[in-house]
Amino acid sequence: MIRPDAPVLLEICDLHARVEEQPILKGVNLTIRAGEIHAVMGRNGSGKSTLSKVLAGHPAYTVTAGSVSYMGADLLELAPEQRSRLGLFLGFQYPVEIPGVSNLEFLRVSTNARRAQRGEEELDTFAFEDLVRERLKVVQMDPAFLDRSVNEGFSGGEKKRNEILQMALLEPLVAILDETDSGLDIDALRIVADGVNQLAGPDNATLLITHYQRLLDLITPDYVHVMAAGRILRTGGKELALELERTGYEWVDQELTSLGREPAEVL
Amino acid sequence: MPNTADWLTQLAGVPLPGRSQEEWRFTGLAALEALAPELWSGVDPFAQLSLPAGISRIGADQVQGLQQQVLKATGGSDAWSVRLNQGASPRCLALRVAGAADPLQLHFDAGAAPGLLALQLVLVLEEGASLDLLIQHGSSGPNATSLVAVVQLGRGAQLNLGLLAPGDASASLLSHLSISQAPASSLQLTTAVGGWALSRLEPCISQLDGAAQTRLRALQLVDGQELADTHSQVRFEGPDGQLDQLHKVVADGAGRSVFNGAVRVPRSAQQTNAAQLSRSLLLSDRARVDTKPELEIVADDVKCAHGATISRLQQNELFYLQSRGIGAEQASRLLLRGYCEEVLRELPAAAAALNPLKLLLREHP
Ligand SMILES: Nc1ncnc2c1ncn2[C@@H]1O[C@H](COP(=O)(O)OP(=O)(O)OP(=O)(O)O)[C@@H](O)[C@H]1O
Ligand SMILES: [Mg+2]
Repeated sequence: MIRPDAPVLLEICDLHARVEEQPILKGVNLTIRAGEIHAVMGRNGSGKSTLSKVLAGHPAYTVTAGSVSYMGADLLELAPEQRSRLGLFLGFQYPVEIPGVSNLEFLRVSTNARRAQRGEEELDTFAFEDLVRERLKVVQMDPAFLDRSVNEGFSGGEKKRNEILQMALLEPLVAILDETDSGLDIDALRIVADGVNQLAGPDNATLLITHYQRLLDLITPDYVHVMAAGRILRTGGKELALELERTGYEWVDQELTSLGREPAEVL
Repeated sequence: MPNTADWLTQLAGVPLPGRSQEEWRFTGLAALEALAPELWSGVDPFAQLSLPAGISRIGADQVQGLQQQVLKATGGSDAWSVRLNQGASPRCLALRVAGAADPLQLHFDAGAAPGLLALQLVLVLEEGASLDLLIQHGSSGPNATSLVAVVQLGRGAQLNLGLLAPGDASASLLSHLSISQAPASSLQLTTAVGGWALSRLEPCISQLDGAAQTRLRALQLVDGQELADTHSQVRFEGPDGQLDQLHKVVADGAGRSVFNGAVRVPRSAQQTNAAQLSRSLLLSDRARVDTKPELEIVADDVKCAHGATISRLQQNELFYLQSRGIGAEQASRLLLRGYCEEVLRELPAAAAALNPLKLLLREHP
C-alpha cells in the first residue's frame, strides 16, 4: 500500500559495492516506506543478491560509495546482528546448513535477541515452544523440523519455509526475501505467499527479489524495479512485471548501451 | 629423589621415547617429566564398584593370559605406554560380560593427588554379549593417569565404548585401548578428550578374521599450551571388514594436536570397506595441527577412502547466524558446539547427563 506520508524505513542512495576487487553494485537508489511491497527483478548476475547481502552486512562485500539509512540510522555502521535485532530481515536465496546446531535452539536464541532489543522479556524454552508452534502454522511446517540441525538435509522448499518461519518469529520491519519462491512446488508457493501476506502490514515493508510473475500474482507489489549491471534501471508499478513477462530483458541491453554513452548519468 | 625421566625409564624398562621415533615424533613428554617421580596414592578407584547384572569378575589367574593374547593380536605389546603401565604397579579390573548387560560407568578421577596412577581394564564380551560402557577420566592436579584397556569381543558381540576425558592443564593422560574383534562383532568407540597438558590415546583394533564392524568417533580439543595426540590403528586380518572413522580436532590458543590414523589391510583382507575422515578446526594462528593417514593396503579388492580437512569457522555459517541477531561471539560458540556435538552425541547414553560439552569446553555459563 502506497502512502506518500508514510515514514521512510529504508533509503538507499547511490550505493556502490565490490567483492574482492570486483565492483558489483554501481549506484543503487531505492526508497522504501512503511506499508509498501517492492519487487526487484532482473537477469541472473545483475546484482540482486549482492544488494540484499550488502544490506544485511555480509563481510565479503565492501561498500565503496553511497549511503543507506534505516529508520533514520546509518545502516552501514551497524553489525549484521544489530541490523537483525533492529528489524531488518534477509531471507536467503541459499539458506546455510549448520550441522550440529539445533534448529529450535537457533530460532530461540535469534528470537530472544530481537525481543531483548525491543525491550521485551526473553522467552524460556517452554514459552518459546508455544510461540514457535503457533508460528509454524503460518508456513504449515512439521514440528519435526525443529529437532533437526539448522537446514541440514532440508529440501530446497523446506529451507525456504524455514526462512519464512524465522521471519514470522522475528517480525521484521523490513523483510528482504531473495528468491524465496524459487524451488517451491505450487502448494508451497501459495503457503509462502500467504505467509508473507499475513506478515505484511501498514508498519512494515517487504522487498521481494524474484524472477517470476507467479509470485507477484499472489503478492501484489506496489513497485517493481528492474536491476541491471548493478543498478536499478527502471521502476514501475505491478504492470512492469507483466510487461517483462511478455518482452523479456532485451531492452535492458539497449538502455545500458545508451547509458554507456552518458557515463556521467550512470556514475 | 631420582629425576622423573630416569624413574619413568626404570618403570618402563626402556628409555623414554624421543622425537627420533616416528610414533612420538611430534609428541614430547615434557608434561610427564615435570611431575614428581612417585606413584599416585589416592583411594583405589576400583574399591567400591558394584557390577550390574550380566557382568562378573574374571579370576586373577586368567588376567595375564588374556592381556597377552589381545595385545599380541593388536600389536600393542611393545607400546611404550603399555610397558610404562605394566611397570607402575597397576590396579586391575577384569570383567566378563554374558548376554545383554546393563550399561556400566567407570569413573577414574585422579583428583589433586600427585604422581602416576596406573590402571588396567580387562573386558571380555562373550559370544553375542552386548554392553554400553562409559569410561570417564578426570584430574585436578599434577598427576598422570595411565590406562591400558584390553578388550576381547566374541563372535556377534556388541560394544559401545565411550571415553570421556576432560583434563587439567597440569595433568597427563596416557590411554592405550587394545581391542580384538571376532567376526560379526561390532565396536563403536567414541573418545572425547580435552584440557590435558598432555594426552595420548592409542586405540589399537584388530579384526581377527575380518567380517566385523568398527566405528570410531573422536573429538580432541587443545587450548593454551596443551598437547593432544591420537595414534589409532585398525588391522584387518580377514575379508569383509568395515571401518568408519571420524577424527575431529578443535585447536585453540597455542595448542598442539596430533593425529595419526593407521589402517592395515593385508592381502587376506579382500572386500574390506574402510573410510577415515579427519577434520580439524583451527581457532587460533598459534595453534598447530598435524594429521596423517597411514594406509597400508596390500589387498586389491577393497574400498579405502580417506580425507583430511583443516579449516576455520565458516564465514557463511557465521554470517547466517549473525543475520538472525546472534552476536559474533555467541555465533562462534554455537558453531563450535555444533561441531563438537557431532561426536559427543555418539557417546553412550549415560554421558548426556554429564553434559560433556560443558566439561570439555570449560564453558562458564
Ligand atoms: N563472493 C563473490 N565473489 C565473486 N563474484 C561474486 C561474488 N558475489 C557475487 N559475485 C558476482 O556478482 C555478480 C552479481 O551476483 P548476484 O548474486 O548479486 O546476482 P543476482 O542478481 O542475485 O543473480 P541471480 O538471479 O542468478 O540470483 C555476479 O556476476 C556474481 O558472479
Ligand atoms: Mg541472486
